[in-house]
Amino acid sequence: MLTKNFGRNLINAFAVTAMLATTSAAGTGAAMAQDANAVVMKNFDFAPMSITVKVGSSVTWKNLDGEPHTVTSVDGLFRSGALDQNDTFTFKFEKPGTYKYLCSIHPRMMASVVVQ
Amino acid sequence: MSSDSEVNQSRRGALKCLAFGGAGTLFLLSGGVLAPIDLALAASKKSAHAMTGTPLFLQISDTHIGFNKEANPDVAGTLKQTIDFVNAMPAKPALTIHTGDITHLSKAEEFDTASQLLSGLNITELHTIPGEHDITDGIGTEYFNRFGQASANKGYYSFDHNGVHFIALVNVMNFKPNGLGAFGDDQLAWLEQDLKGRSSSTPIVVFAHMPMWTIYEPWGWGTGDADQATSYLSRFGSVTVLNGHIHQIVQKVEGNITFHTARSTAYPQPTAGDGPGPGPLKVPSDRLAKMLGVTSVKISGHPSSAVLTDTTLG
Repeated sequence: MLTKNFGRNLINAFAVTAMLATTSAAGTGAAMAQDANAVVMKNFDFAPMSITVKVGSSVTWKNLDGEPHTVTSVDGLFRSGALDQNDTFTFKFEKPGTYKYLCSIHPRMMASVVVQ
Repeated sequence: MSSDSEVNQSRRGALKCLAFGGAGTLFLLSGGVLAPIDLALAASKKSAHAMTGTPLFLQISDTHIGFNKEANPDVAGTLKQTIDFVNAMPAKPALTIHTGDITHLSKAEEFDTASQLLSGLNITELHTIPGEHDITDGIGTEYFNRFGQASANKGYYSFDHNGVHFIALVNVMNFKPNGLGAFGDDQLAWLEQDLKGRSSSTPIVVFAHMPMWTIYEPWGWGTGDADQATSYLSRFGSVTVLNGHIHQIVQKVEGNITFHTARSTAYPQPTAGDGPGPGPLKVPSDRLAKMLGVTSVKISGHPSSAVLTDTTLG
């Protein structure tokens, strides 16, 4: 059973990688949201609004809007500074927990990272 | 009622001057009522008597140095144009107030460019407050290194000029959960103390980046704890609240308090709720200059009244 599941997960992982490679080539940044560890800022929202990642993983944010946004954690743990269009910011989460963050330019843009 | 007629005359003046080429709009505030007249009026000797004197100060806002998108690929150029226009005014204000978003991305080189351009103003005294675009790098960095001295790095401060009490407030560092700006308890306590003991006849000018009344909550166009601030201001006979942030003129009068937002010198933004968010608004190039500008303010009379002149670049 274990082996079988492992194999299936591997296949899924390959499928995801293949899909990402395709979308990258097509240049559609919005599809990045489908990557488990990617969040985009688009139309004044974070997408997805909540993302769950494993301890030790990195999350990468990319701003697709013409207006700059920031990734600013509520508790001060991480702060991207202003991200202009197509700029990215990556942060590695070392401890489990729920990390709320917002855009300090448009503070109604709120989202969270759940680290398990 | 005399204030109304003064205002109405001004409005006629505005229409006349706009017909000359619409260099801008001037707002006369008398007894709490604002009416627009053209900025060309301020630059015209013929109508100088209508102004009865020199503007006390100039408000410049949302210069967004560093912005380079299609809504205005040359924000340094439009700021330069603004400065040239102000320098050409025959009656120069005594000081300039920048109501924030000096830069677009809080970068050192953006602040350098902005400072270099603003140093071209014939008005040497410059007072600033940060906009949220100026402090994305955190507290105590680029903005505060350059402009923090006036406030011991708090951002808010007050000063007197020509009998007018000026109060600079910061509402872009303590956001409320609903996305509105906020002053925070420390600043509100400071404001209460700052106003205590001042005569109610002292003309007050308050400036802060985000609007100090809720214009449109879904876009965060307001200040969550502004009511507390206005409660300290309401006893004064003449209060002028000047904000930026929304890149367009919106105004409100409440008792003796006049609220007014300024245009940007960089790019316009959509009117409240039009589109997905408050981003740069692309307009046809021949319309852009008509949507950018500055405000000049004159305060005079007993009881005092403020005259606000909104000028566009085209």
